[in-house]
Amino acid sequence: MEKILLPDIKDLHLIDIYVSNGGYEAAKKAFTQTPDDIIDQVKKSGLRGRGGAAFLAGLKWSFMPKTTDKPKYLCVNGDESEPGSFKDRQIFEFNPHQMIEGTIITCYAIGAKTAYVYIRGEYHKWIRLLQKAIDDAYSKGYLGEKMKEIFGTDFQCDIYIHKGAGAYICGEESSLMNSLEGKRGYPRVKPPFPAQNGLWGCPTTINNVETIANVPKIIENGWEWFSKIGHPKHPGTLLFGVSGHVNKPGVYELPTGTLLTDIVYKYAGGIPNDKKILCVIPGGTSMPPIRGDKLEGVKMDAESLKEVGSAIGTGGVIVMDEDTDLVKVLARIAHFYHHESCGQCTPCREGTGWLEKILKRIIDGKGSTSDLDLLITVANQIEGNTICALGEAAAWPVKFMVERFRDYFEARVSKEISLPVANKVHSMRETTFPLADVKN
Amino acid sequence: MEFKFTQENLNRIEQETKKYPHRKPAVMAALYIAQEQNGFISNDVIKEVADVLGITAEEVLGVVTFYTMYHQKQMGKYHIQVCTNVSCMLRGAYEIWNQVKDKFGIDHMDVTADQKFSLEEVECMGSCGTAPMIAVNEDYYENLSKEKVEEILTTLGGAN
Repeated sequence: MEKILLPDIKDLHLIDIYVSNGGYEAAKKAFTQTPDDIIDQVKKSGLRGRGGAAFLAGLKWSFMPKTTDKPKYLCVNGDESEPGSFKDRQIFEFNPHQMIEGTIITCYAIGAKTAYVYIRGEYHKWIRLLQKAIDDAYSKGYLGEKMKEIFGTDFQCDIYIHKGAGAYICGEESSLMNSLEGKRGYPRVKPPFPAQNGLWGCPTTINNVETIANVPKIIENGWEWFSKIGHPKHPGTLLFGVSGHVNKPGVYELPTGTLLTDIVYKYAGGIPNDKKILCVIPGGTSMPPIRGDKLEGVKMDAESLKEVGSAIGTGGVIVMDEDTDLVKVLARIAHFYHHESCGQCTPCREGTGWLEKILKRIIDGKGSTSDLDLLITVANQIEGNTICALGEAAAWPVKFMVERFRDYFEARVSKEISLPVANKVHSMRETTFPLADVKN
Repeated sequence: MEFKFTQENLNRIEQETKKYPHRKPAVMAALYIAQEQNGFISNDVIKEVADVLGITAEEVLGVVTFYTMYHQKQMGKYHIQVCTNVSCMLRGAYEIWNQVKDKFGIDHMDVTADQKFSLEEVECMGSCGTAPMIAVNEDYYENLSKEKVEEILTTLGGAN
């Protein structure tokens, strides 16, 4: 199978190697066409966003206003903070120029002269690697003032890296824009959507690093070629990051629609000591988990996963074997979302804390069956009641894990213990009266 | 203690502001530079950053408290970050967390008495495929075992 994003070419991260393998030819080709042609081809290719929502990239671009006196911006989202995701860093490290070339083409298509690549602050190394690649592209004239000489076009664009500082929420597009503006990374209410009112109130498009890296190949090989790879409704390849209890964790580039069992057993080398699988989270921790006994025939693309009640997310596959303590895993996930909730919306700020507290209570052996229902109730009260999707991201794993592993969770709670009073304490704040005292 | 950017760092901040149509977005980069120079973000640092960028100290403070990578107290020379999120947890991250904790006798966001080491339990660092991991300052150490962690900490000069 041909690899689109991470081909097996040695030293492809070096600009000379990239160019000698046909690099920046797609950008040259793109400049012989109109921006609308480019958008049209990406639309027809069926390329969908790789950041989690799997929205059609070409359609997103077409929302950008054609006539406006304001500058337009492109943000390339490399925040990559979803637990279980570690794919964008592979692009920064092994094929950064393809992302840069994709950024140039996308800027041309949407009419943006400036692109910001938002990279999470912890990725110091990968920021340095990408900055080196950007500097090389400038010195060769693929970016900035010398573009006219190289591409023979009047179009000119610049790429800058904006370094985050450790906030999961900044991967959410409107939060990312606030962070880029030098503010706290609070998500914005939508509408207005970024294409109308984005960075500094100007039309803005935000795409994931992996999405952008696909663009040069679509322009180079044509949309028909791309649309025939993998699942017809979600074409292309995905960078599946496999982690957890597998023999060979890592990133595997495979066509969409690949069987989940193939990813786990064929590519990631199966489970250590041939244990059974208890649970798989298919797309990063915020996606609904799938039971180990329901994995047969599950295909990894947006449409097929929807049918089995999950979602593709970022393609971060987390595998858990039969000995895994699911309650502890879920409590850890709940802790993460509580920690990362920005605090703007009450249901998320308070609800995520309650989810964590209740799960910790179950770990401590003080849980009751009513706690399981309470978890689902709290999750339902978060879902749909928040500005951004972190609410869903926090609610889904809890809700679906408890629903789908009800037997497992019931076995872990003692039916005699009930803490009705504790459940009625509505403040998340630590008081001088611990909950145990309130009970009496 | 009063804080002023060095001329070199002022130049670096000016360079950062050129990326954006306004000066304010450079606040995140300026805070990194300040933290590098001062070790942590004090109130005086906040005032200086605000002055340099022409924004209010409140705006700067808002940014400092929102992001976990800005520290409002002096951390150790080696800031050890242990990821305990799910993928790492499944591969023994809590054993490593406890190991580091026990070795230095410190907990989350504590600093050793000699100011050499500090410890932080961090969220997913994007090393899920090479779990478990720790980061020391800016460097990732991946595919760890307890022995490897011991080796790293000893190399850094941790007491045995």
